[in-house]
Formats: sequence, C-alpha cells, structure tokens
Amino acid sequence: MSVLLIAEHNNKEIKPFTLNTITAASQIDQDLHVLVIGHSCEAVAKSISEVPNVKKVIHLDDAIYENYLAENFTPAVIKNSENYSHIVCSANTFGKNLMPRIAALLDTSQVSDIIKVISADTFLRPIYAGNAFATVKSTDTKKCITIRPTSFDPAPSSGGSAEIVKAEKAEATTLTKFIKREEVKSDRPELGTARVVISGGRGMGSGDNFKLITAIADKLNAAIGASRAAVDAGYITNDHQVGQTGKVVVPDLYIAVGISGAIQHLAGMKESKIIVAINKDGEAPIFSVADYGLEADLFEALPQFLEELNKLNTIQK
Amino acid sequence: MKILVAVKRVIDYNVQVRVKEDGTGVVTENVKMSTNPPDDNAIEEAVKIKESGKVKEVIAVTVGEDKAQETVRKALAVGADRGIHVKVDGIIEPLAVSKILQKIVDKEKPDLIFMGKQAIDDDCNQTGQMLAALLNYPQATFASKVEVKEKSLEVIREVDEGLETIEVNIPAIVTCDLRLNEPRYASLPNIMKAKKKPLEQINASDLGVDIKPRIEQIKVEEPPKRKAGIKVASVAELVQKLKNEAKVI
Repeated sequence: MSVLLIAEHNNKEIKPFTLNTITAASQIDQDLHVLVIGHSCEAVAKSISEVPNVKKVIHLDDAIYENYLAENFTPAVIKNSENYSHIVCSANTFGKNLMPRIAALLDTSQVSDIIKVISADTFLRPIYAGNAFATVKSTDTKKCITIRPTSFDPAPSSGGSAEIVKAEKAEATTLTKFIKREEVKSDRPELGTARVVISGGRGMGSGDNFKLITAIADKLNAAIGASRAAVDAGYITNDHQVGQTGKVVVPDLYIAVGISGAIQHLAGMKESKIIVAINKDGEAPIFSVADYGLEADLFEALPQFLEELNKLNTIQK
Repeated sequence: MKILVAVKRVIDYNVQVRVKEDGTGVVTENVKMSTNPPDDNAIEEAVKIKESGKVKEVIAVTVGEDKAQETVRKALAVGADRGIHVKVDGIIEPLAVSKILQKIVDKEKPDLIFMGKQAIDDDCNQTGQMLAALLNYPQATFASKVEVKEKSLEVIREVDEGLETIEVNIPAIVTCDLRLNEPRYASLPNIMKAKKKPLEQINASDLGVDIKPRIEQIKVEEPPKRKAGIKVASVAELVQKLKNEAKVI
C-alpha cells in the first residue's frame, strides 16, 4: 500500500490545508508520496519535500498546469497513479472539482469529504449537512478519497528531506480555456484556518453594515464569514460563505451575528470550539448550538462589543 | 441545441434529518421530499436559455425509485419539454449514476448537460465531474454565471479564492451553484400541463451498466451533540465569559 496525495498550491506556496491533508493521508499509510503539478512551482515541491511525513515528491511542471484545470490535471494524475492504493486530496473546491474526474476514469467509487480515518479502507464522513455521520468501507482496489482538512491537524512542515523526482507532463486539453481568476486579496487570516471567525447574516441588512463586523475582526485578528443569505443579498463576496455549500470552518471562536442558523449554515460551523450567537430573535435556531447566546439588536450590541474589547488589557491573537 | 438536465429527489432542505435507531440510515418515511436545490437552478438555467431562443429542447432526467418521477414532473412544470426516468431501487452511487447518464447522453446526444453541483443528501459532489470524465467532455463546475456562445460556454465558477472564469467547448457539462439564478415556481396550469408531457421510463438493468455499490455503508449515526449553552444578559457579560471562562480572547 502507498498513498499519492495531490498537493494544492498557488504555484508559489502550498495551501496551508495541504498540511492537514498530509496528516490524514499518512494515517491511511505511512508510505506517502505527494504529486506537485503546476507551473514554475519548484518552491512548492521543495517545501513539501521538507514535510517529515512525506517520503517522496513527484513534480510535474509545465505551463499547461498554471491554472489547475481538472481536464489537464486528470491525465497527469492518472499517468502517475499506477503504483498507489490510494489517491487523495483536500475536499475544497480544488479537490471537489478534480478528484471525481480521476475516480471515474479509474472506475473507482470515490469517498468524499472524510473526517476520520478508521482503517485503510474504512472512513467516517458527514452526510445530510453533517446531521448524520456515515462509516463507509470502500471495496475498490484503488481508492480515491477527498479529505476535509479542518478535521485533521496540520502536519509539521519542516525537518524532512524527501527526494524530488521530476515527471513528464501528460497530454494537454483543448476543451477548456482558463480566462481569469478574481481573487479577493486580504490581509486578514484565511477563513478556513483562522483562530477566530466572525460572520454576518441577513440581519446585517446591508453590505455597508458589515463595517461593524470588520471593526471587531480587526480587533480580534479574525476572519470574516457570512451566511448564504448575506452572500445572496450581495452584502459580501462568495469566498466568505460558510456552510454546506460554502466553506467549513472549525475556529476556536465563531461569532454568528444576525444569522438565524439554517441547517445549511450550521453544517459549516457547528464543530467550532466556542460558538457565540448574537441575534434579536430569541427563538432563532442558532442559539441551539451556541455556547453563549446574546439576544440583542446587533446594531447596538456590536458597537458595545467593540467598546468592551477595547477595555481589555490583552487580547489573544 | 438540446440540453439534458439531471435532477435528484432528496429529503427537503428544510427537514431536520433524523438518524434511524438501528444505524442503517436516516428516516425517510413520511418525510417531505423535494428536488435537490441546485438541480432546480440547473433546470431554471436550461429553461432560460431555451426562452432566449438558443436551445430547442430541454430534457429532464432522473435516476431513482418510482417516486423520483415527481422531480421530473416538477421540471416539466417549469419548462422542460420531456422527461426520462431511469428506474433503480436502493442505494446508487455517483459513479453508477454517471454511467447511467452516459448511456442517456449516447442516446439523446445533448449539446449541454446541466445538474446541481452537489446533492444535499449524500453531499458527494461527484456526478457531474464523473460524467464529464466518462464522456471526455469539459466540465464547468460550481457555476454562478453561464453565457452561451456559438460553440462554447463562458462560465463563472465559484471557487474558494473567489471567482474564476473559464471557456468550455460544447458539448460540455455544467454543475450549478445556488447563486446561478432564481428558480421559478410552477404555476397550477403548468403543473396540469406537465402531466401531459412525455415521460419515458427506462429500467437501469436494461442499460447494461454495472451499478452495484462499491462502498459498504457500515453504519449511520448521530453526530456528537454540543452541550447546551447559556444565554448572557449583556455584551459586558459576554466579553467576560469569553475572556475568563472560555479563554478564547
């Protein structure tokens, strides 16, 4: 048995979640190899070779891989997949887009979004927006698995020195053309890995009112999240959405403001260590998962919250 | 042009799902069922493109037990022209669904195939990408905007980093995000009319594909419950609790 992990990166750095995925992959089997596919991404291959859990890095570098098109990545992964019992990657939009295309061509029934490795063929995964956990056993000889990164700790990132092997590029697609990516640049911590997340919902009433949230996020060094309702209403961009079809977050502190707590939103945040809900509707379902609930008008509570934070001598960052 | 839209019948998104006591699954008896929400967006987009005159026919297809026909009827009521129900009983995995859909595509030869990006029951997020692989078609997943050009589609995709724009050649597969459009409601006269639209039934066993499950479901259980929290009376109390009790700020 050995595991092939497809690294997620931006050609310059590995995405932090790749380290969490490495932890899960090495729980499946210690013989873990990482496939780095990209363009001018030597630095990525090198930094992955320094992860102690990684035994070997396979590096494919070509201009066709610059924008991570699944149509180009799939033949490259399949070409390098022969000697592996498991092919894994993270269950975010990168892996969700890519892995099923690989699995279908290998005639493997993919196991999506695992949150626990029970054995090399048996995994725990949430279904129905996390309202049930299923223990599933894959009977395919070659297994394709996506991993929910927030359910695993990040692997140590230095101290190792795995060998880096160059591999040839595979065929290029003519079916799909990348046009552009609009990335929202921010100095804040990334939503998926932030220690503190403060999220706004429909109750915020407008995009402008999110400045009340921004002020507190600045103070707590928090990432900013949102419910689907807030994104649908155009208050904030889609990369902030937390929930079943958005991002899953597991911060130490999650503050839900003006969010009623639909099942779909809870799916993305209810594993957070401490949950705070601020909502003027005392019956809102968000209170059923909150450790601390404050029934209040957010337009009064948020400025007070900032004021109280300002009174503290120290704040954990 | 012709669009094939795949729809799935799932437990309604507003239902609080309950796990069966024997650990074999979730309770589906006497539970409200609906079309998988992003599949409604897929139908809506197909019907909108038809209304713009760029497409002649919209076909709705579902794979599932007898009652799955309801989702096809609903698609017909909001503007699909005809339906296909591939009958199968029991659990069916995305790989098997994509093999069945491949057979339907071989027969119907649609130019575009739309479906929701993810079903809200098994949360697999696989079928569209798998079908694209089997057909060797391009895939535009998580679409929040679709523009039909002469021989291609320009699609905006919602990805973790923000938005990505790609162009895919036709024939293509698009998996739809909830923000793609606002699905319309079926009017009563249209629901009545939909009953007269053609709905073909096919047995999955007649398609000659291997649909045996490859994944054994060992057990289904409730997730660990959070312990009940408290209500605080003021912002000051909240901040004190976070600082001194939870020690998170």
